[in-house]
Amino acid sequence: MVTNITNLGRSGLSDWLLQRASAIVLALYSLFLVGYLLLNPGLDYATWSGLFAQTWMRIFSLLAFVSLAAHAWVGLWTVTTDYLKPTGIRVATQFIIILAIFVFLVWGIQVLWGA
Amino acid sequence: MAGQESVYRAVNSKRPVNLDLSTIQFPLPALTSIVHRITGVILFIGLIFGFWALDASLSSPEGFAAVKDALAGNFLAKLIAWGLLSALAYHFVAGIKHLLMDVDIGVTLEGGIKKAQITVVASAVLIILAGVWVW
Repeated sequence: MVTNITNLGRSGLSDWLLQRASAIVLALYSLFLVGYLLLNPGLDYATWSGLFAQTWMRIFSLLAFVSLAAHAWVGLWTVTTDYLKPTGIRVATQFIIILAIFVFLVWGIQVLWGA
Repeated sequence: MAGQESVYRAVNSKRPVNLDLSTIQFPLPALTSIVHRITGVILFIGLIFGFWALDASLSSPEGFAAVKDALAGNFLAKLIAWGLLSALAYHFVAGIKHLLMDVDIGVTLEGGIKKAQITVVASAVLIILAGVWVW
């Protein structure tokens, strides 16, 4: 078994499953948002902020943001380990990616609950 | 481990190895796989715009109007929106292809080529539709 200390689940099978589960959440969230915007062409602020004031929408959004964090890390970890061979460059890039994921996650939570 | 040993043997063997990617002709399934990765990276970078738009649009009526005006009249904003929707459409379709392979659908040489062709056509249609939506 290949063990690695930088992948998310510490096992390839665990990463594989996480990537699928998070993909399904993200697919549903994307379909919902695109569908909502298509069905509401003359959208105004009150309706839009009303949607995000709903508890279920905040739960759905947070679930999507957490899934996004996991999905992005598993995906970008795979890409960086495949193409960035020098350890220093790879680890530095991965550090920046983790930092960016953390910023996006906190930003997302603030957007949902900050207003 | 036996597996590891066979890898060492393969790496250290004298057989000719061609690892110059520029000299290898990629079959369509390989290209669709690489584009899946590229669109993933693009989408990650594009999150900056996505979260900015979500943040601004929910912050105040003025912020909402700013995002709406940008998407209605700013060429660059439209281009970014179309680009990100296109990347999302492709990544989505190629992701569905992955899930189909996971449940053992079309896991043959012919099936792989056919699924790669469907991925290209389906995402091209979605990209055009996204362009119509944005403009």
